[in-house]
Amino acid sequence: RDYQQADIKYLSGWKQWKRTSSKSLKKVLGEVKELSSYLELWRHDIHSIEGKFGTGIQSYFSFLRFLVLLNFIIFILMFSFVTLPSIIAKYGVFNSSFAKIPPKNIEPHCTVYEPSGSKGLTYFYTYLKDLLSGTGILEVTSLFYGYYTIDAAWISILRYNLPLAYLLATFAYLALSLIWIIKRSVGGFKQNLVHAEDPFQSYCNKVFAGWDFCITDPHAARLKHRSLQYELKTDLEEERLKRKIADRTTKEKLRIYSLRIFINIIVLAVLSGCFYSIYRATVFSQENSTVSIRHDVRRLSANLLVQYLPSIVITMANFLAPQIFSLLIRFEDYSPAFEIRLTLLRCVFVRLASIGVLLVSLWSQISYCDNDECKACGYNYKLYPCWESEVGQEMYKLMIFDFIIILAVTLFVDFPRKFLVTHCSCKPVQWCGLQEFGISDNVLEIIYGQTICWIGTFFSPLLPAIATVKYFIIFYIKKISLIHTRKPAARPIRASSSNFFFLVVLLIGLVLAFIPLGVSIAYIPSSKACGPFRSFNTSWAVVPDTILEFPKGLQQVLYGIGSEAFAVPFFLVICLIMFYFIALAGAHKRVVEQLREQLVMVRFDPLFCTPKV
Amino acid sequence: AYKRFSELLPREERENACSARVPKSQILTLPELRANPFQHRICRVFSTSQDGDDSMSFEDFLDMLSVFSDSATSDIKSHYAFRIFDFDDDGTLDRKDLEKLVDCLTGQEEESRLSNAEMEQLIQNILEESDIDKDGTINLSEFQHVVSRSPDFARYDVFQ
Repeated sequence: RDYQQADIKYLSGWKQWKRTSSKSLKKVLGEVKELSSYLELWRHDIHSIEGKFGTGIQSYFSFLRFLVLLNFIIFILMFSFVTLPSIIAKYGVFNSSFAKIPPKNIEPHCTVYEPSGSKGLTYFYTYLKDLLSGTGILEVTSLFYGYYTIDAAWISILRYNLPLAYLLATFAYLALSLIWIIKRSVGGFKQNLVHAEDPFQSYCNKVFAGWDFCITDPHAARLKHRSLQYELKTDLEEERLKRKIADRTTKEKLRIYSLRIFINIIVLAVLSGCFYSIYRATVFSQENSTVSIRHDVRRLSANLLVQYLPSIVITMANFLAPQIFSLLIRFEDYSPAFEIRLTLLRCVFVRLASIGVLLVSLWSQISYCDNDECKACGYNYKLYPCWESEVGQEMYKLMIFDFIIILAVTLFVDFPRKFLVTHCSCKPVQWCGLQEFGISDNVLEIIYGQTICWIGTFFSPLLPAIATVKYFIIFYIKKISLIHTRKPAARPIRASSSNFFFLVVLLIGLVLAFIPLGVSIAYIPSSKACGPFRSFNTSWAVVPDTILEFPKGLQQVLYGIGSEAFAVPFFLVICLIMFYFIALAGAHKRVVEQLREQLVMVRFDPLFCTPKV
Repeated sequence: AYKRFSELLPREERENACSARVPKSQILTLPELRANPFQHRICRVFSTSQDGDDSMSFEDFLDMLSVFSDSATSDIKSHYAFRIFDFDDDGTLDRKDLEKLVDCLTGQEEESRLSNAEMEQLIQNILEESDIDKDGTINLSEFQHVVSRSPDFARYDVFQ
């Protein structure tokens, strides 16, 4: 402060004004930043979780918040470009109108589609059934693909190309998700790269940066002490184990490798068992789910069970498979860190591939054609006059069931368990104890839900809104469950590595979502009875049609970009750039090594030690 | 920040908060420091008191807040972290400092300390990773080098 006051005397008027103005600008910016941080969703909640449970669990909740925002933005995108114009055109606001052009060159039987909307007297439980399975009343709303049977729309006097907008909005939300996830993971990737470059830095990182200064609760501090001690002990033990592994004899190595191959075969068998059961459940559900004509409650609940059968089987597979994997991996004798990673990888695969299997079995049902009439349409027109709505309904059911399961597990497993542990002091109950907050299980759960949302949004444009509300409620459920019924994990995951892991798995989910969407859009013929792509062969066909309407010059440019003459040199240039960056990284690494050696030399070099005269 | 500082003073000295010094016992009642194992070192490092009683004036308090805030650069944070970890104030982190550091991290009770063999192995590993000139101690530049590559170090922002 004294220095500052002395400075002020010596500065000229202009410099003083500059300094005061920059100070006030900084103050204003600081206050704006503080205000905007109040607008950040759940800032206080996440901060208090961080203080009580550590940064690993806090990263889960930040991830959940990110997904809420992502889904909300996707919903805004789809709503403003697809749903809103459709609603405006259908209700004639602003003198808009729409036209349903019947497709040419199509057999008339393909275009018959009569969704069973609300016909006359309906009972209350049909409403409930429709809500839970997306059929009946919900089928004709803007929730599903079938509502958007508009081939051309005019909003005031401008022509709005709805099919093109629908397709482009789909690509836009996929691209937006991809870019946003990559942007978020770049920071974590840089840190991981630095961290991985020097794998022996882990001890220093734990000791110097180990204490979480955000902890304010003495109880949490005790737990942190214990977890740090546990971490250090496990690391030291792993090092000893590594040395032991290096000393293994050939006979032991042979035994362990053959055991590992055997266990991997068992894992593959378990996986194929799961997938086969999902396939059979889907086929059974599709064949036996009939629209109930008789309003019978027993029929209703049985029908609902059949409708939800694929979801039930997937959830059971997602629950059993990780237990089996964590049991098997104990026999494989890996180091503890690798064990965790391999189990996680297997669980991720089960969760994401089960959605894929469901979709494949659905498509095999949809494209099953045994007579010429069916072949003319390209899909099974009798059972699935509007197959995109069917797929949308399956995704909707998966999402609702996922939400119900999370609610049910919290209400009927966590709280009773806590009640038992606090009030019953018999040995087995106390030995079970409270459950830990398994971060990876919970993260996989929400990534599974997000993958369903990505795949389902093409078939059901309002699905992101449901996902936003679902994740919003899940945040509060998980928070309450965490605070009241969980004990903190004994083996905490570090925040830096877990953020990157969540985003990588989310990226895998997104890439996996591209595949079914790509196949649906480009390969399977779109339904001729409903939807905006009636007059096209496949949904993708709207893009070439639009390009043909462009002026000649632009067409030439676009053809040029798509041709091999452009793509191959482009690919070569990209490869060259990549090799350049790899070489640059290698050179930097060598420079760092050289500088480290120089640092050592400097200490003993007399030239640097003698002072300059 | 001024409000929090003046809350720590007894009632009669509140008007004079700019020039008063808060005794160490009061500082340790701050929630952020209460659970921190390095609380005594933090008070010692940031206190500029001449009598060695680790009391803090308002400037010391501001220094502490600014170092622990979001906007401090990692250079400043690592400089102060080095001073906090240097238990015997000799300008380097030698084996005894590292031993005390690890004991602080694992907890003060008897059963939570690492065994001698584990401690030896751990300190050996730490020195292997960070001691560039192989003199058996970690000086400030080695510490800053090692910490700049630690991904978790940047999360030292306490006072919101």
